[in-house]
Amino acid sequence: MAQATVTVKDLVDNTRLTIVAGHDYLNRVITTADISRPGLEMTGYFTYYAPERVQLLGITETSFSDRMSHDELLMVYRKMASKQTPAFVVSTNLPIADELKQAAEEAQIPILNTRLTSSQILSNMTYYLGGELAPRQSVHGVLIDVHGLGVLITGDAGIGKTESALELIQQGKARLVADDRVDIHQEDEQRLIGQPSEVLRNLMEVRGVGIIDVQQVYGAVSVRSHASIMLNIHLSNGKIGEENFDRLGNEDDTLDILGVKIKKMVVPVTPGRNTASVIDAAAVKFRTQNMGYDALETLEKRMSAAMQVNEKEDEEAKKHD
Amino acid sequence: MAETQEFNIISETGIHARPATLLVQAASKFVSEVTLSYQGKEVNLKSIMGVMSLGVGHGADVTIKADGDDAKDALAAVAKVMKDEGLVK
Repeated sequence: MAQATVTVKDLVDNTRLTIVAGHDYLNRVITTADISRPGLEMTGYFTYYAPERVQLLGITETSFSDRMSHDELLMVYRKMASKQTPAFVVSTNLPIADELKQAAEEAQIPILNTRLTSSQILSNMTYYLGGELAPRQSVHGVLIDVHGLGVLITGDAGIGKTESALELIQQGKARLVADDRVDIHQEDEQRLIGQPSEVLRNLMEVRGVGIIDVQQVYGAVSVRSHASIMLNIHLSNGKIGEENFDRLGNEDDTLDILGVKIKKMVVPVTPGRNTASVIDAAAVKFRTQNMGYDALETLEKRMSAAMQVNEKEDEEAKKHD
Repeated sequence: MAETQEFNIISETGIHARPATLLVQAASKFVSEVTLSYQGKEVNLKSIMGVMSLGVGHGADVTIKADGDDAKDALAAVAKVMKDEGLVK
Protein backbone atom coordinates (compact mmCIF):
# COMPACT_ATOMS: atom_id res chain seq x y z
CA MET A 1 0.00 0.00 0.00
CA ALA A 2 1.57 3.23 -1.09
CA GLN A 3 0.57 6.82 -0.73
CA ALA A 4 0.96 9.36 -3.46
CA THR A 5 2.92 12.52 -2.78
CA VAL A 6 1.00 15.70 -3.37
CA THR A 7 2.76 19.03 -3.59
CA VAL A 8 1.29 22.51 -3.52
CA LYS A 9 1.94 22.67 -7.27
CA ASP A 10 -0.28 19.58 -7.79
CA LEU A 11 -2.97 21.28 -5.75
CA VAL A 12 -2.76 24.47 -7.85
CA ASP A 13 -2.81 22.48 -11.11
CA ASN A 14 -5.90 20.52 -10.12
CA THR A 15 -8.05 23.08 -8.34
CA ARG A 16 -9.14 26.63 -9.05
CA LEU A 17 -6.30 28.29 -7.18
CA THR A 18 -3.78 30.83 -8.45
CA ILE A 19 -0.39 31.68 -7.05
CA VAL A 20 -0.02 35.05 -5.33
CA ALA A 21 3.39 34.66 -3.76
CA GLY A 22 6.04 32.04 -3.18
CA HIS A 23 6.49 30.59 -6.69
CA ASP A 24 9.74 29.01 -5.51
CA TYR A 25 8.09 27.10 -2.68
CA LEU A 26 5.52 25.11 -4.64
CA ASN A 27 7.26 21.79 -4.00
CA ARG A 28 6.06 21.82 -0.37
CA VAL A 29 4.32 18.56 0.40
CA ILE A 30 0.69 18.21 1.50
CA THR A 31 0.15 15.21 3.78
CA THR A 32 -3.50 15.52 4.70
CA ALA A 33 -6.77 16.21 2.91
CA ASP A 34 -8.04 18.12 5.95
CA ILE A 35 -8.15 21.88 5.59
CA SER A 36 -7.74 24.27 8.53
CA ARG A 37 -9.81 27.43 9.03
CA PRO A 38 -7.66 29.30 11.53
CA GLY A 39 -10.40 31.55 12.91
CA LEU A 40 -9.71 31.13 16.61
CA GLU A 41 -5.99 31.19 15.97
CA MET A 42 -6.38 34.79 14.76
CA THR A 43 -7.27 35.64 18.36
CA GLY A 44 -4.10 33.97 19.62
CA TYR A 45 -5.66 30.66 20.65
CA PHE A 46 -3.28 28.04 19.20
CA THR A 47 -3.97 25.05 21.47
CA TYR A 48 -5.65 23.00 18.72
CA TYR A 49 -3.89 24.53 15.73
CA ALA A 50 -3.26 21.98 12.96
CA PRO A 51 -0.07 23.29 11.32
CA GLU A 52 0.26 20.41 8.82
CA ARG A 53 -2.93 21.42 7.02
CA VAL A 54 -3.49 23.89 4.24
CA GLN A 55 -4.66 27.10 5.96
CA LEU A 56 -7.76 28.64 4.44
CA LEU A 57 -8.41 32.31 5.20
CA GLY A 58 -11.85 33.61 4.36
CA ILE A 59 -13.89 36.65 5.14
CA THR A 60 -14.05 35.84 8.88
CA GLU A 61 -10.30 35.64 9.29
CA THR A 62 -9.41 38.63 7.12
CA SER A 63 -12.08 40.92 8.56
CA PHE A 64 -10.97 40.07 12.07
CA SER A 65 -7.40 40.93 11.14
CA ASP A 66 -8.52 44.48 10.32
CA ARG A 67 -9.09 44.98 14.04
CA MET A 68 -5.59 43.83 14.98
CA SER A 69 -2.42 45.87 15.24
CA HIS A 70 0.51 45.32 12.88
CA ASP A 71 2.55 43.61 15.60
CA GLU A 72 -0.26 41.34 16.76
CA LEU A 73 -1.03 40.30 13.21
CA LEU A 74 2.58 39.58 12.33
CA MET A 75 2.96 37.52 15.50
CA VAL A 76 -0.14 35.44 14.76
CA TYR A 77 0.79 34.82 11.12
CA ARG A 78 4.37 33.92 12.11
CA LYS A 79 2.95 31.36 14.52
CA MET A 80 0.70 29.94 11.81
CA ALA A 81 3.55 29.74 9.31
CA SER A 82 5.10 26.62 10.77
CA LYS A 83 7.64 24.28 9.21
CA GLN A 84 4.92 21.79 8.25
CA THR A 85 2.38 24.24 6.87
CA PRO A 86 2.07 23.59 3.11
CA ALA A 87 0.28 26.74 1.96
CA PHE A 88 -2.00 29.65 2.77
CA VAL A 89 -5.15 30.02 0.70
CA VAL A 90 -7.18 33.22 0.58
CA SER A 91 -10.72 32.92 -0.78
CA THR A 92 -13.11 35.31 -2.55
CA ASN A 93 -10.18 37.35 -3.94
CA LEU A 94 -9.90 39.08 -0.57
CA PRO A 95 -7.03 41.50 -0.03
CA ILE A 96 -3.92 39.89 1.42
CA ALA A 97 -2.35 41.52 4.45
CA ASP A 98 1.31 42.56 4.23
CA GLU A 99 1.89 40.78 7.53
CA LEU A 100 0.78 37.47 6.00
CA LYS A 101 3.03 38.02 2.99
CA GLN A 102 5.97 38.73 5.30
CA ALA A 103 5.38 35.73 7.59
CA ALA A 104 4.85 33.39 4.66
CA GLU A 105 7.98 34.61 2.88
CA GLU A 106 10.06 34.13 6.04
CA ALA A 107 8.86 30.56 6.40
CA GLN A 108 9.02 29.96 2.62
CA ILE A 109 5.34 29.10 2.32
CA PRO A 110 3.41 29.94 -0.86
CA ILE A 111 0.23 32.06 -0.76
CA LEU A 112 -2.60 31.09 -3.12
CA ASN A 113 -5.90 32.75 -3.83
CA THR A 114 -9.14 32.15 -5.68
CA ARG A 115 -12.27 34.00 -6.62
CA LEU A 116 -14.33 31.13 -5.17
CA THR A 117 -15.87 31.46 -1.73
CA SER A 118 -14.38 29.62 1.24
CA SER A 119 -16.89 26.77 1.14
CA GLN A 120 -16.53 26.35 -2.63
CA ILE A 121 -12.74 26.18 -2.58
CA LEU A 122 -12.86 24.05 0.57
CA SER A 123 -14.85 21.29 -1.14
CA ASN A 124 -12.80 21.72 -4.32
CA MET A 125 -9.56 21.14 -2.39
CA THR A 126 -10.95 18.39 -0.15
CA TYR A 127 -12.23 16.43 -3.13
CA TYR A 128 -8.91 16.59 -4.94
CA LEU A 129 -6.73 15.92 -1.90
CA GLY A 130 -9.07 13.19 -0.62
CA GLY A 131 -8.70 11.28 -3.87
CA GLU A 132 -4.95 11.77 -4.11
CA LEU A 133 -4.11 11.01 -0.50
CA ALA A 134 -6.41 7.99 -0.06
CA PRO A 135 -4.69 4.65 0.58
CA ARG A 136 -3.71 3.00 -2.66
CA GLN A 137 -3.16 -0.52 -3.82
CA SER A 138 -2.04 -1.95 -7.13
CA VAL A 139 -3.73 -5.09 -8.36
CA HIS A 140 -2.68 -7.41 -11.18
CA GLY A 141 -5.61 -7.56 -13.54
CA VAL A 142 -7.57 -5.74 -16.21
CA LEU A 143 -10.16 -3.09 -15.42
CA ILE A 144 -12.85 -2.45 -18.01
CA ASP A 145 -16.09 -0.56 -17.98
CA VAL A 146 -18.81 -2.92 -19.20
CA HIS A 147 -22.11 -1.13 -19.86
CA GLY A 148 -21.11 1.48 -17.28
CA LEU A 149 -20.05 -1.07 -14.68
CA GLY A 150 -16.43 -1.27 -13.53
CA VAL A 151 -15.38 -4.91 -13.88
CA LEU A 152 -12.01 -6.05 -12.56
CA ILE A 153 -10.81 -9.18 -14.35
CA THR A 154 -8.26 -11.17 -12.38
CA GLY A 155 -6.61 -14.55 -12.81
CA ASP A 156 -3.23 -16.13 -13.43
CA ALA A 157 -0.87 -14.70 -16.02
CA GLY A 158 -1.64 -15.99 -19.52
CA ILE A 159 -5.20 -17.06 -18.76
CA GLY A 160 -6.65 -14.53 -21.19
CA LYS A 161 -7.66 -11.49 -19.16
CA THR A 162 -6.42 -9.02 -21.75
CA GLU A 163 -7.73 -11.01 -24.72
CA SER A 164 -11.25 -11.25 -23.38
CA ALA A 165 -11.23 -7.55 -22.45
CA LEU A 166 -9.99 -6.72 -25.95
CA GLU A 167 -12.81 -8.68 -27.52
CA LEU A 168 -15.41 -6.75 -25.52
CA ILE A 169 -13.74 -3.46 -26.46
CA GLN A 170 -13.76 -4.44 -30.15
CA GLN A 171 -17.46 -5.22 -29.91
CA GLY A 172 -18.05 -1.79 -28.36
CA LYS A 173 -19.40 -3.39 -25.19
CA ALA A 174 -16.56 -2.31 -22.95
CA ARG A 175 -14.06 0.48 -22.47
CA LEU A 176 -10.50 0.02 -21.27
CA VAL A 177 -9.51 1.58 -17.98
CA ALA A 178 -6.30 -0.27 -17.14
CA ASP A 179 -4.47 -3.32 -18.45
CA ASP A 180 -2.18 -5.48 -16.34
CA ARG A 181 -1.79 -3.08 -13.43
CA VAL A 182 -4.78 -1.39 -11.85
CA ASP A 183 -4.13 1.35 -9.30
CA ILE A 184 -6.97 1.38 -6.82
CA HIS A 185 -7.91 3.92 -4.19
CA GLN A 186 -10.85 4.20 -1.91
CA GLU A 187 -13.10 7.15 -2.66
CA ASP A 188 -15.46 6.59 0.24
CA GLU A 189 -16.32 3.72 2.52
CA GLN A 190 -17.90 1.58 -0.18
CA ARG A 191 -16.41 2.88 -3.39
CA LEU A 192 -13.19 1.77 -5.01
CA ILE A 193 -11.85 3.77 -7.91
CA GLY A 194 -9.46 2.08 -10.31
CA GLN A 195 -7.22 3.81 -12.79
CA PRO A 196 -4.18 3.02 -14.91
CA SER A 197 -0.64 4.02 -14.08
CA GLU A 198 0.26 7.07 -16.16
CA VAL A 199 2.80 5.09 -18.19
CA LEU A 200 0.35 2.37 -19.24
CA ARG A 201 -2.68 4.59 -19.89
CA ASN A 202 -4.77 3.39 -22.91
CA LEU A 203 -2.24 0.67 -23.67
CA MET A 204 -2.72 -3.07 -23.78
CA GLU A 205 -0.24 -5.84 -24.24
CA VAL A 206 -1.60 -8.67 -26.35
CA ARG A 207 0.58 -11.76 -26.47
CA GLY A 208 1.92 -12.42 -29.95
CA VAL A 209 0.81 -9.01 -31.17
CA GLY A 210 2.56 -6.54 -28.91
CA ILE A 211 1.46 -3.20 -27.54
CA ILE A 212 -1.83 -1.73 -28.75
CA ASP A 213 -2.87 1.86 -28.13
CA VAL A 214 -6.56 1.27 -27.65
CA GLN A 215 -7.53 4.92 -28.04
CA GLN A 216 -5.59 5.22 -31.31
CA VAL A 217 -6.97 2.02 -32.77
CA TYR A 218 -10.54 1.88 -31.48
CA GLY A 219 -11.23 5.54 -30.78
CA ALA A 220 -11.80 7.85 -27.86
CA VAL A 221 -15.03 6.10 -26.79
CA SER A 222 -13.12 2.86 -26.16
CA VAL A 223 -11.19 4.17 -23.16
CA ARG A 224 -11.95 5.66 -19.75
CA SER A 225 -9.63 7.41 -17.33
CA HIS A 226 -11.05 5.66 -14.27
CA ALA A 227 -13.96 3.54 -13.12
CA SER A 228 -15.69 2.58 -9.92
CA ILE A 229 -15.02 -1.12 -9.37
CA MET A 230 -18.30 -2.97 -8.81
CA LEU A 231 -17.55 -6.54 -9.77
CA ASN A 232 -14.58 -8.90 -9.82
CA ILE A 233 -14.50 -11.67 -12.38
CA HIS A 234 -11.80 -14.16 -11.56
CA LEU A 235 -10.80 -16.40 -14.45
CA SER A 236 -9.87 -19.89 -13.33
CA ASN A 237 -8.10 -22.74 -15.07
CA GLY A 238 -9.83 -25.31 -12.89
CA LYS A 239 -11.92 -27.95 -14.60
CA ILE A 240 -15.64 -27.62 -14.03
CA GLY A 241 -15.78 -31.03 -12.33
CA GLU A 242 -12.76 -30.47 -10.11
CA GLU A 243 -13.57 -27.06 -8.73
CA ASN A 244 -16.91 -26.06 -7.30
CA PHE A 245 -18.08 -23.13 -9.38
CA ASP A 246 -21.13 -21.14 -8.44
CA ARG A 247 -23.75 -22.80 -10.61
CA LEU A 248 -26.79 -20.73 -9.74
CA GLY A 249 -25.14 -17.40 -8.97
CA ASN A 250 -26.28 -17.41 -5.37
CA GLU A 251 -22.96 -17.68 -3.55
CA ASP A 252 -21.56 -14.70 -1.72
CA ASP A 253 -17.96 -14.71 -2.80
CA THR A 254 -16.17 -11.39 -2.33
CA LEU A 255 -12.82 -9.78 -3.05
CA ASP A 256 -11.41 -7.52 -0.36
CA ILE A 257 -9.48 -4.46 -1.53
CA LEU A 258 -8.51 -1.76 0.99
CA GLY A 259 -11.19 -3.09 3.32
CA VAL A 260 -13.96 -2.77 0.74
CA LYS A 261 -15.70 -5.98 -0.30
CA ILE A 262 -16.78 -6.34 -3.90
CA LYS A 263 -18.77 -9.17 -5.45
CA LYS A 264 -16.56 -11.86 -6.92
CA MET A 265 -17.50 -14.39 -9.57
CA VAL A 266 -15.14 -17.25 -10.39
CA VAL A 267 -15.46 -18.16 -14.05
CA PRO A 268 -13.83 -21.27 -15.55
CA VAL A 269 -11.83 -20.82 -18.73
CA THR A 270 -12.08 -23.89 -20.91
CA PRO A 271 -11.77 -24.53 -24.65
CA GLY A 272 -14.99 -23.71 -26.43
CA ARG A 273 -16.11 -21.19 -23.84
CA ASN A 274 -16.12 -17.62 -25.02
CA THR A 275 -14.79 -15.82 -21.97
CA ALA A 276 -15.65 -12.37 -23.33
CA SER A 277 -19.32 -13.17 -23.72
CA VAL A 278 -19.36 -14.78 -20.27
CA ILE A 279 -17.94 -11.55 -18.78
CA ASP A 280 -20.57 -9.55 -20.65
CA ALA A 281 -23.33 -11.81 -19.34
CA ALA A 282 -21.95 -11.60 -15.78
CA ALA A 283 -21.95 -7.80 -15.89
CA VAL A 284 -25.48 -7.64 -17.27
CA LYS A 285 -26.69 -10.13 -14.68
CA PHE A 286 -25.06 -8.13 -11.88
CA ARG A 287 -26.79 -5.00 -13.14
CA THR A 288 -30.23 -6.55 -13.37
CA GLN A 289 -29.74 -8.10 -9.94
CA ASN A 290 -28.98 -4.66 -8.52
CA MET A 291 -32.16 -3.42 -10.18
CA GLY A 292 -34.03 -6.07 -8.22
CA TYR A 293 -34.48 -8.80 -10.81
CA ASP A 294 -33.04 -12.23 -10.14
CA ALA A 295 -33.64 -14.99 -12.67
CA LEU A 296 -32.97 -17.56 -9.97
CA GLU A 297 -36.14 -16.47 -8.19
CA THR A 298 -38.11 -17.06 -11.37
CA LEU A 299 -36.61 -20.52 -11.69
CA GLU A 300 -37.36 -21.33 -8.05
CA LYS A 301 -40.96 -20.18 -8.37
CA ARG A 302 -41.52 -22.30 -11.46
CA MET A 303 -39.85 -25.24 -9.74
CA SER A 304 -42.12 -24.98 -6.70
CA ALA A 305 -45.15 -24.90 -8.99
CA ALA A 306 -43.88 -27.98 -10.82
CA MET A 307 -43.27 -29.76 -7.52
CA GLN A 308 -46.86 -29.20 -6.40
CA VAL A 309 -48.22 -30.61 -9.65
CA ASN A 310 -45.86 -33.56 -9.47
CA GLU A 311 -46.69 -34.33 -5.84
CA LYS A 312 -50.38 -34.55 -6.74
CA GLU A 313 -49.60 -36.83 -9.65
CA ASP A 314 -47.53 -39.07 -7.37
CA GLU A 315 -50.42 -39.31 -4.90
CA GLU A 316 -52.87 -40.18 -7.67
CA ALA A 317 -50.55 -42.86 -8.99
CA LYS A 318 -50.22 -44.40 -5.52
CA LYS A 319 -54.00 -44.59 -5.12
CA HIS A 320 -54.27 -46.60 -8.31
CA ASP A 321 -51.55 -49.06 -7.25
CA MET B 1 -20.76 -50.92 -15.33
CA ALA B 2 -24.04 -49.36 -14.49
CA GLU B 3 -25.12 -48.88 -10.93
CA THR B 4 -28.69 -47.96 -9.99
CA GLN B 5 -30.31 -46.90 -6.73
CA GLU B 6 -33.79 -45.75 -5.87
CA PHE B 7 -34.56 -43.02 -3.37
CA ASN B 8 -37.69 -41.66 -1.73
CA ILE B 9 -37.46 -37.93 -1.11
CA ILE B 10 -38.52 -37.14 2.45
CA SER B 11 -37.50 -33.48 2.54
CA GLU B 12 -40.52 -31.16 2.75
CA THR B 13 -39.00 -28.75 0.23
CA GLY B 14 -37.94 -31.43 -2.25
CA ILE B 15 -34.80 -31.06 -4.36
CA HIS B 16 -34.68 -27.26 -4.35
CA ALA B 17 -31.86 -24.99 -5.46
CA ARG B 18 -29.31 -25.68 -2.72
CA PRO B 19 -29.39 -29.50 -2.65
CA ALA B 20 -29.58 -29.52 -6.45
CA THR B 21 -26.34 -27.53 -6.56
CA LEU B 22 -24.64 -29.93 -4.15
CA LEU B 23 -25.83 -33.03 -6.03
CA VAL B 24 -24.55 -31.62 -9.30
CA GLN B 25 -21.22 -30.70 -7.73
CA ALA B 26 -20.85 -34.21 -6.32
CA ALA B 27 -21.75 -35.90 -9.61
CA SER B 28 -19.47 -33.63 -11.64
CA LYS B 29 -16.40 -34.94 -9.84
CA PHE B 30 -16.70 -38.30 -11.60
CA VAL B 31 -16.18 -39.40 -15.19
CA SER B 32 -19.19 -41.71 -15.11
CA GLU B 33 -22.41 -40.59 -16.65
CA VAL B 34 -24.83 -39.92 -13.81
CA THR B 35 -28.56 -39.49 -14.39
CA LEU B 36 -31.63 -38.72 -12.33
CA SER B 37 -35.02 -40.14 -13.32
CA TYR B 38 -38.40 -39.03 -12.08
CA GLN B 39 -41.85 -39.65 -13.52
CA GLY B 40 -40.35 -41.25 -16.61
CA LYS B 41 -38.10 -38.31 -17.37
CA GLU B 42 -34.34 -38.74 -17.21
CA VAL B 43 -31.87 -35.84 -16.83
CA ASN B 44 -28.11 -35.56 -16.54
CA LEU B 45 -27.20 -35.13 -12.86
CA LYS B 46 -24.25 -32.97 -13.88
CA SER B 47 -26.66 -30.42 -15.30
CA ILE B 48 -28.19 -28.12 -12.71
CA MET B 49 -30.91 -26.85 -15.01
CA GLY B 50 -31.85 -30.40 -15.88
CA VAL B 51 -32.16 -31.39 -12.23
CA MET B 52 -34.21 -28.33 -11.35
CA SER B 53 -36.49 -28.79 -14.37
CA LEU B 54 -37.82 -32.04 -12.94
CA GLY B 55 -39.49 -30.37 -9.97
CA VAL B 56 -38.75 -33.20 -7.57
CA GLY B 57 -40.95 -32.57 -4.53
CA HIS B 58 -41.75 -34.20 -1.20
CA GLY B 59 -42.54 -37.89 -1.41
CA ALA B 60 -41.14 -38.37 -4.91
CA ASP B 61 -39.56 -41.67 -5.91
CA VAL B 62 -36.43 -41.06 -7.98
CA THR B 63 -33.83 -43.28 -9.55
CA ILE B 64 -30.18 -42.41 -9.84
CA LYS B 65 -28.06 -44.26 -12.33
CA ALA B 66 -24.30 -44.08 -12.73
CA ASP B 67 -22.55 -45.59 -15.73
CA GLY B 68 -18.78 -45.67 -16.20
CA ASP B 69 -15.45 -46.65 -14.66
CA ASP B 70 -16.15 -44.95 -11.33
CA ALA B 71 -19.90 -45.63 -11.27
CA LYS B 72 -19.87 -47.18 -7.82
CA ASP B 73 -18.01 -44.26 -6.22
CA ALA B 74 -20.16 -41.74 -8.08
CA LEU B 75 -23.37 -43.29 -6.82
CA ALA B 76 -21.99 -43.50 -3.27
CA ALA B 77 -20.99 -39.82 -3.35
CA VAL B 78 -24.39 -38.72 -4.64
CA ALA B 79 -26.16 -40.92 -2.08
CA LYS B 80 -24.09 -39.33 0.69
CA VAL B 81 -25.15 -35.82 -0.37
CA MET B 82 -28.79 -36.98 -0.49
CA LYS B 83 -28.50 -38.21 3.09
CA ASP B 84 -26.44 -35.27 4.41
CA GLU B 85 -28.91 -32.78 2.96
CA GLY B 86 -31.85 -34.58 4.53
CA LEU B 87 -33.37 -35.45 1.16
CA VAL B 88 -33.56 -39.13 2.02
CA LYS B 89 -33.55 -41.25 5.17
